[in-house]
Amino acid sequence: MIPELGQVALILALSLALVQATLPIAGAALQRADWMALARPTAIGQFVFVGLAFGVLATAFLGDDFSVLYVAMHSNSALPSLYKFTAVWGGHEGSLLLWLMILATWTMLVAVASRSLPEELAARVLGVLGIVSVGLLLFTLLTSNPFERLFPAAFDGNDLNPLLQDPAMAIHPPILYTGYVGFAVPFAFAVAALLSSRLNKDWARWTRPWAISAWMFLTVGIALGSWWAYYELGWGGWWFWDPVENASFMPWLAGTALLHSLAVTERRGIFKSWTILLAIMAFSLSLLGTFLTRSGVLISVHSFASDPARGLFILALISTISGGALVLYALRAGRMGAEGGFRLVSRESFLLLNNILLVVAVAAVLFGTLYPLFLDALDLGKISVGPPYFNTVFLIPTLPLVLFMGAGMHATWKSMSGETLARKLVIPAGVAVLLGVLVPWIIFRGASVLTMVGVSLGFWVIGAALLEPVQRMLASNHAATVLSRAQWGMTLAHLGVGIFILGATITSSYNIETDRSVRPGDRWEVGGYEFVFRGTRDFDGVNYSAVEGEFEVRRNGSLVTIMTPEKRIYRVQRSPMTEAAIDAGWSRDLFVALGEPLGDGAWSVRVQVKPLIRFIWLGALIMAFGGLLAATDPRYRRRKVAHEARVGAGASPESV
Amino acid sequence: MTPRRQRMLLIGLVIAGVGVSAGLALRAFQENLLFFFSPSQVVAGEAPDNRTFRLGGMVVEESLQREPGSLTLNFVITDYVNSLPVRYTGVLPDLFGEGQGVVVRGRLVSDGGFLAEEVLAKHDENYMSPEVADALARAAEAGAK
Repeated sequence: MIPELGQVALILALSLALVQATLPIAGAALQRADWMALARPTAIGQFVFVGLAFGVLATAFLGDDFSVLYVAMHSNSALPSLYKFTAVWGGHEGSLLLWLMILATWTMLVAVASRSLPEELAARVLGVLGIVSVGLLLFTLLTSNPFERLFPAAFDGNDLNPLLQDPAMAIHPPILYTGYVGFAVPFAFAVAALLSSRLNKDWARWTRPWAISAWMFLTVGIALGSWWAYYELGWGGWWFWDPVENASFMPWLAGTALLHSLAVTERRGIFKSWTILLAIMAFSLSLLGTFLTRSGVLISVHSFASDPARGLFILALISTISGGALVLYALRAGRMGAEGGFRLVSRESFLLLNNILLVVAVAAVLFGTLYPLFLDALDLGKISVGPPYFNTVFLIPTLPLVLFMGAGMHATWKSMSGETLARKLVIPAGVAVLLGVLVPWIIFRGASVLTMVGVSLGFWVIGAALLEPVQRMLASNHAATVLSRAQWGMTLAHLGVGIFILGATITSSYNIETDRSVRPGDRWEVGGYEFVFRGTRDFDGVNYSAVEGEFEVRRNGSLVTIMTPEKRIYRVQRSPMTEAAIDAGWSRDLFVALGEPLGDGAWSVRVQVKPLIRFIWLGALIMAFGGLLAATDPRYRRRKVAHEARVGAGASPESV
Repeated sequence: MTPRRQRMLLIGLVIAGVGVSAGLALRAFQENLLFFFSPSQVVAGEAPDNRTFRLGGMVVEESLQREPGSLTLNFVITDYVNSLPVRYTGVLPDLFGEGQGVVVRGRLVSDGGFLAEEVLAKHDENYMSPEVADALARAAEAGAK
């Protein structure tokens, strides 16, 4: 009986969403305050009912209710409780419910936080969010009902995919989805602006914290996914240009462009239609990501569904939502006049370049991701596009992007003499190039041109980000107050980019990877470390049995660590899983994975030494922390403020 | 420079940049396209001799042979009509096994076999890559005629 309650709750949520999607928008057009007033209660009601449905499904999982088909497919009574809960989003239906849950949460937050907004704008924003919600609720109820019964009930469940039985997998999807779905809010603001044909600096100020928050979650989500792939997929890579990764990376790139464009719109009242277009793009790419991962068009661990009806439904949904927004954009965008101009050397130009280069990067990744699908759909042959393509085309826009990034941080709004800018940056640029050449040669005894370029760019961004705060701190004795919170946010986010670049460059250039066959007692050397294989032992885990290898690692004779990689067989699905052993460190990771037994006690093993790989995820986390600071800047919390026009030539360069 | 000329310069630079990068991107794209072929297509001479491609099919039962003490192994991939010997050196993925679907990336070598640089066998034991399933179906169809 209880699972049916979940379905009823979803149907009730759908009826509320229908009201939320229609009356408030109509009310804003017809000036009916009573219709507009429906937006908030319906949004909050929807949150309650979707939450109820989610709770019901989670209860079914925790209570091992194998009369529910979805539970029987993705859980097992022997599964640890934590994974019973995370199994809620371990399959197609449940992950859609998670999507809905997160959309309802964002919508509820907008409803609560929008009291300081003009009533019409709030009604339109919530109305648009209602439209998105109607689409996804219909999708869930019509094609992917998680509460469908299994008759007769299964005696026990099919178990959760062993790859997903992992703590990072527990939090990766919710955080990633929070980012994905969060771009629905700037999207709704953009469509609301198009509906009213009004877009001013206040609009940008209201939209910005939402966009930054969504971006922040997406950043953490992608980093977690990369980290998980690194240690759980077993082979030590951190980014594979897998279509599923691209699906989350494209909205991130578009979202990053959106943040920078919004900064210009808030400060200067220009780039308006561009900002709107980017907001539409970021959310459309999020929907496309949902389509790619959820429709089964891709061959990947992420695509649980292979029902063509679902794919068609999502495709229709994307066309309706994105297509509708784009039509509206074509009709209305021309009405948004710019409120000022700018010169060639100015912060606006640099941000424009940032936007163009990011969009080029999106286009390159999109092309490589979708082209094989198109060929396949047209029956023109089966191809795939290898990582070298992505590595090359991604560097083309991002190398200049990073180069201009350092300069853009120090350019002033409106106009600036190129000479002043050059004088300010010549020392950091020189230092960066010097370090970029020296560091790889001194530490790693050699470097390719691309490595030196990468390391130089990393130091360049770090130096450019820290230049202003360091100079100011030296001039003042109150370190924390020299920059506003948003400025600290920008500084940290850019610092994170620099750290990421250093990590990615050094890891890719100096990663040592060896496969070999070893017997107990064998000693061999990899990247300055001596590895000793001491043999294997068998043991039993909660729901798997395993072979564990023991490896002693020494450097210059002294013991560094003992590493114990495992090979597990999960009892229900009988699938083998490699659990790599990783000795993490700031300067390097040691990575050991067991291959398979070769007979006579010999095993194939993979050993890797990966310098600076932690910087990749550290950089991403610092970026996200910068986002957190920027999103919580006090100026976004101000109540209804009189229209301010304090922006102008006199604004200080680093205010964002 | 007048603002108008500055803007023209900016636009010109952007167009030139986009042109150059589109050219480079297309080149990278052409060089990194990986086609997929089944053993029957390879036997029919459809696969290229001098570039990397992907080959897919089933691993023939009891065809797996390891060179003692080394990481090099040989196995045969079949679509149940034609087969092709494959040689690979390295650690195998978790779900590789005889009688299971597999996709390998590599190139043809002079003795008519296939030298794999990478072996892909993801997913659970019931899963078959759509490409492999498709290749098997086509080969069966062609064989029945």
